[in-house]
Amino acid sequence: MTLLIAALVSGIGLGSMYGLIALGFQITYSVSQTVNFAQGSVVMLGAVLGYVFIERLGMNWMIAYPLAVLCCGGFGMLVEVLLVRPFVERNSEAWLMATVAGGIFLDNAVLFTFGNEPRTLASSLTQSTWQFAGTGIYPQQVLIPIAAVGVALALHFLFRKTLQGRALLAVVQNGQAARLMGINTTAMVSGSFALSAMLAGGAGLLIAPLLSVHSDMGTLFGLKAFAVAILGGMTSASGVMLAGFIYGLVEALVTTYFGSSSTYIIVFALLILALTWKPDGLFGRPAVKKV
Amino acid sequence: MRTSRFLPQMTRRALMSGVVGLSVAISLPALAADTVKIGLVAALSGQSAKSGQAITRGLTIAIDEINANGGVLGKPIELVSRDDESNPGKGLVAARELVQREGVAALIGGLDTPVSFAIVPFANQAKVPFVGPWAAGTGITKNGAEENYIFRVSAVDEYVDEAITEYLIANHGVKKPGMILINNPWGESNEKGLTKALEKRGMETAGIEKFESNDVDVVPQLTRLKENGADSLFVVANVAPTAQVIKSLDRMGWDVPLASHWGPAGGRFTELAGKSGEKLHFIQTYLFVEGDEKGDAMFAKLQAAFPEIETTADVTPATGIANAYDSMLLLAAAIEKAGSTDGPAIRQAMYEIENIEGLIKTYADPFSPDNQDAIGPEDYVFAHFVEGQIIPVK
Repeated sequence: MTLLIAALVSGIGLGSMYGLIALGFQITYSVSQTVNFAQGSVVMLGAVLGYVFIERLGMNWMIAYPLAVLCCGGFGMLVEVLLVRPFVERNSEAWLMATVAGGIFLDNAVLFTFGNEPRTLASSLTQSTWQFAGTGIYPQQVLIPIAAVGVALALHFLFRKTLQGRALLAVVQNGQAARLMGINTTAMVSGSFALSAMLAGGAGLLIAPLLSVHSDMGTLFGLKAFAVAILGGMTSASGVMLAGFIYGLVEALVTTYFGSSSTYIIVFALLILALTWKPDGLFGRPAVKKV
Repeated sequence: MRTSRFLPQMTRRALMSGVVGLSVAISLPALAADTVKIGLVAALSGQSAKSGQAITRGLTIAIDEINANGGVLGKPIELVSRDDESNPGKGLVAARELVQREGVAALIGGLDTPVSFAIVPFANQAKVPFVGPWAAGTGITKNGAEENYIFRVSAVDEYVDEAITEYLIANHGVKKPGMILINNPWGESNEKGLTKALEKRGMETAGIEKFESNDVDVVPQLTRLKENGADSLFVVANVAPTAQVIKSLDRMGWDVPLASHWGPAGGRFTELAGKSGEKLHFIQTYLFVEGDEKGDAMFAKLQAAFPEIETTADVTPATGIANAYDSMLLLAAAIEKAGSTDGPAIRQAMYEIENIEGLIKTYADPFSPDNQDAIGPEDYVFAHFVEGQIIPVK
């Protein structure tokens, strides 16, 4: 019983992190059919900036956190303008490699400036644990699923109820028609990259107190989050969030009951099976290609 | 191909011969040896850079001392460093370049075990002595070569595993330890060593669990070990991942005896792991202990050579400095004894040198063809962090 509860607690915590980062993939993909493969590096950037603002520059967290998230948003726009748009305009798929390169660039730039020593971003929510049913949990771990679900709901609200959100949806449904109706699609695509990077940066800030802050902390997250985004179906925000929870839970349960040596073998085998069964993801709609 | 359109064939050939001539001219000073060159291949950038820096510092102090006393073979020693970025391919290329172009008499380095494994066959084939001041992989020195040119002044996984097993038994009377190991070749090397150490004593393990260096949550693995009745844990991982193990143990509220390889020593472990990090006991080959005459003298020299050093917290990992310092002294003694920079002669002399006074100990008879490791389990010190400083366990 202890085993099961420990696995569930770990799984939900991990799953919400994956889901939150995967939402970033979903947003840009919906709007522009492109993704930022540097997403994992943006997770790292959020955490590193949070650390630098608070620990080195002595800022209050109420200023430091939003500022770090905004900087990540700026980086996201930069990725779109420099690494995606020039290729999309020429009908090239090279943005794929360009964003991967952007991530590697960012990792190494941070390594060079921030240093190679892992550091700690302290949070008052990881100083003590809540004990129940033979296992412990940091308040920070409870905060992450709450934040993740909150963000998913906020996005839903943004898309349905605000003018900007509806404009984004219009771009999603038919870019050309949206442009003809006077919606600035270029700005919308840029905005989606900024939003996506802000989510990743925010996730980095939430994860940092549970992990340590260093230049390659985001790589594995970026990879798993992409798997989650594909599993969720790329087109549905709630689907991606749900896929995050499923992935996290399966990962924790497999590790608990089969041992860590088999975690990746089993989890990715299941992922392949799931995608063979539903090629558009568990909650995705089949893409209609007009010829 | 664009150049050929503008450069006639003759000019291109002339240009090529010019380039060849120039490179010969550049490599000429290497042949006209007025110094004895020693090559260093280590990670000087990336995650392991701090350890690479420690090695460089240890070597620098040793070389300064040797040169102040007249050098070797009447010539000063010159250190030629190359960064392998913890990449085996780059390490091998660097080693080859140092031997073939720079004409180094011997190589020191190979910080990461995989990098060392890449250099070992080349060093043996080129008959150039290679001294390892860091990488602990058992097979590096026990590589099966008929003429083995690989020596080491560092911990050896197999001996470390033996030492930490003995430590847990002697201090905590443990019967069923569990293993939590990083998922890479280093973790595997220790899985073998620990399994061997337990089998030797007829003990069983509560399980062997692996984790990734960026895993946030190790609770599932640890819960498995706990449920299987683990009464203690072996930990093998670098600083940050080891801290994740400690945090997960904290969350579980599981207070269990912990013995670790030297991973945590390479960084700010207690900053990452919190106060509970002090409970983790790990091995070191050397520590700066206040009041130790040799250590104090060494520390003063380090401060003089590197003004950025203020306290002993700035010279972590001390192990890297001491291993590198002693490696250089042993190598210099062997070159002097060999009377030449010829590889086979130096190798032979490595077996003949005796009573070399190093920082870790006095090496009575450091190497023999059966044992190319100068440091054994009896030289290990158990240490832990107390308020950010590494101090010996009392």
